[in-house]
Amino acid sequence: MKNYFKRGEPMVLVSGATLAVILFMTLTLMAVILGNSLGYFWVKGLVRLQLSDGSLVMGQLTDTERHALTDAERLQLKVGNRDLYAQDFRWVDHSEITGRDIPEDAYLLERHEHGNFFGFLKELKDIAGAPVAADHASLLRLHREVLKQKDGLATIKREMSRLNQASERLRLKILKLEYRDAVANGATIARLTEQRDQLTVRFDELLEQLNQRQAVINQASAVFSDAGGTDKELALQELVRIYQPNRMSVVAKAGAYLVKIKELLLDAPRESNTEGGLFPAIFGTVMMVLLMSVFSLPFGVIAAIYLREYAKEGRLVQLVRIAVNNLAGVPSIVYGVFGLGFFVYGIGGSLDKLFFPERLPTPVFGTGGILWASLTLALLTVPVVIVATEESLASIPKGIREGSLALGATKFQTLTRVLLPMATPGIMTGLVLSMARAVGEVAPLMMVGVVKLAPTLPFDGQFPFFHMDRKFMHLGFHIFDVGFQSPNVEAAKPMVYVTTLLLLLIVIAASSLAIRFRNQMRRKYTSSHF
Amino acid sequence: MSPETEVTSRQPIVTVDRLNLHYGAAHALKDISLTVARNQVTAFIGPSGCGKSTLLRCLNRMNDLIDSVVIDGSIKLDGQEITGNATDVISLRRRVGMVFQQSNPFPKSIYENIVYGLRIAGVKDKALLDETVEKCLKGAAIWDEVKDRLHESALGLSGGQAQRICIARAIATNPEVILMDEPCSALDPLSTLKIEELIDELKERYTIVIVTHNMQQAARVSDATAFFYLGELIEMGETKKIFTNPEKKQTEDYITGRFG
Repeated sequence: MKNYFKRGEPMVLVSGATLAVILFMTLTLMAVILGNSLGYFWVKGLVRLQLSDGSLVMGQLTDTERHALTDAERLQLKVGNRDLYAQDFRWVDHSEITGRDIPEDAYLLERHEHGNFFGFLKELKDIAGAPVAADHASLLRLHREVLKQKDGLATIKREMSRLNQASERLRLKILKLEYRDAVANGATIARLTEQRDQLTVRFDELLEQLNQRQAVINQASAVFSDAGGTDKELALQELVRIYQPNRMSVVAKAGAYLVKIKELLLDAPRESNTEGGLFPAIFGTVMMVLLMSVFSLPFGVIAAIYLREYAKEGRLVQLVRIAVNNLAGVPSIVYGVFGLGFFVYGIGGSLDKLFFPERLPTPVFGTGGILWASLTLALLTVPVVIVATEESLASIPKGIREGSLALGATKFQTLTRVLLPMATPGIMTGLVLSMARAVGEVAPLMMVGVVKLAPTLPFDGQFPFFHMDRKFMHLGFHIFDVGFQSPNVEAAKPMVYVTTLLLLLIVIAASSLAIRFRNQMRRKYTSSHF
Repeated sequence: MSPETEVTSRQPIVTVDRLNLHYGAAHALKDISLTVARNQVTAFIGPSGCGKSTLLRCLNRMNDLIDSVVIDGSIKLDGQEITGNATDVISLRRRVGMVFQQSNPFPKSIYENIVYGLRIAGVKDKALLDETVEKCLKGAAIWDEVKDRLHESALGLSGGQAQRICIARAIATNPEVILMDEPCSALDPLSTLKIEELIDELKERYTIVIVTHNMQQAARVSDATAFFYLGELIEMGETKKIFTNPEKKQTEDYITGRFG
């Protein structure tokens, strides 16, 4: 027995067990997230229940549980029809149920507003407002037609948004001229104002046109009745997708699943973020992290080069090094407060005073935006880059440095031609770590530019393409917002998991890319020689 | 071997005069005065810590990298003072090449390793670079082994090959003096033999100063030998004389293996 301990067997077992526990926890986390998020997009069948009081309810079975005291089983149904029932979910005791069936002709309607509708088709009207046969084929045909007409409105909307932007630019120009000297620039101001008025007239014309066509499209409608027989008239243009889930085959459901995933990745959210896509949040997250890398990588590397290669080793350098290491441990919210005070109010406020005084008190840069958010996060992650770069520079064998210097290279040439390429794998590791940390940070962002819903992306086709002053959406904040600030928390739950999954995927994708790159560099720059 | 007078009669290229070197409080070189003759191989021998590598590194100012080093005295290369702040260290190092104990090829292709010294000096002429690569690799007796993979990484070479690449790299800048700091101590006997043959060829065009722990090697390759002990130059002279008939007792004891 003594020998057994001497050989160190127990330590091997303990370390193995520890690793197993960590692996188990990680896998559990992944399984929970995957299980809760991937199922969300599957079109579940509708069940109709007859209750002992004679009423009928229809919905998707989402959960069952036993009552803690009576041990009676009860079911949770997603009954939808929020505009009729004021709530999406309903608990039904098992004992109350007298009958249950799966109606073939039940509809699941995804709507732009008020969540899903579950019910049966009763009447149908076409675009002229004339009644047509209320069957599934005509419903789909009419819906397609309506969507096509609605797409036709997009050109008008684009033109209107163009006019709007042009008008806004003119407004700012006029504002600037007035601020500088209203009298001297009087003629120009008058001319610009006239231009702007013309734009407004054109805009109003288009708006009128849009409203008319919208009214026509709105005429196409359908009357659906819910399980209890209450009728509800819905304009077809309000419907996103129409399913008869109980008639759908597995293949059809899989198709619908893919369509929904596509929507998730490419579309904007609706229903206060609990439905629809996550594209603006994905875009905001990725762009913010990339911007952050653009700031933190060069600064971190250069600072590390100075610390390691040029600064004279001494008490001061050691102090700086300790400070840098500690900086990485400062709570992120502190960076948020600093970013708000320094970047947003300090630098942003000064920029506004210098360059946009005519717009005050409306801030341009003096409010949270993607630029300030990335700078704040860059500050938060720069210590990671510094430490990684320093370590990889330190690990380069002395012989390599001396070899280069002995050939008549200056210190700078040695650095750029030999040392930095060799340190790249280490620097990349630092970058991966910093990116992973930045993607996950939410607290500081809430102060420096993240919003629940951003109407525009920080990058678009409008000059100057990158709009650094714009606020943005972020997956991490989205999780917090949808999960805890949403009016309909139960319905938002799956969305929280989906968002989490996406955030994880982004981290994994970014890390794998960087790790791939690092391994390539490593193969190039190392061998058994050293 | 030529007559004893040859060592001194040959024209000196490096002259060290009353050189003292301190590492902080430690006195590492004490009043060293010696001359290195042109186109000869001069060996520095002595037990570990005797200061032979330190002296070697004074000749191309590699000691500048260490903050605590203080040097006084004089070292002249071709009559030109090379200690002191006025010296252009970069051009000095081009004139005095160095080969290290551990082969240290850069993580670049063989080609880029050879032309490194020229590239940092600003040479861009492709034809000249190509020519230099061939000339230096032939000069370092490794052309035949690597001519087909000039653009592959130099890290894939064996220890002996890598060391010869380093020698080729050192002669690419066309130095006057090549310093070798125990160039064979990490190599197998066969590679060592090749390097020794190479040194013999190189001395026709370059002056070589070699630090070695290997008595046989010093006897085989060098024309003159300097024996150091505890920071002092004990004895210097023609190799044959040092190894057969040393003047000092310490030298004899060391060479015959009685201590060190």
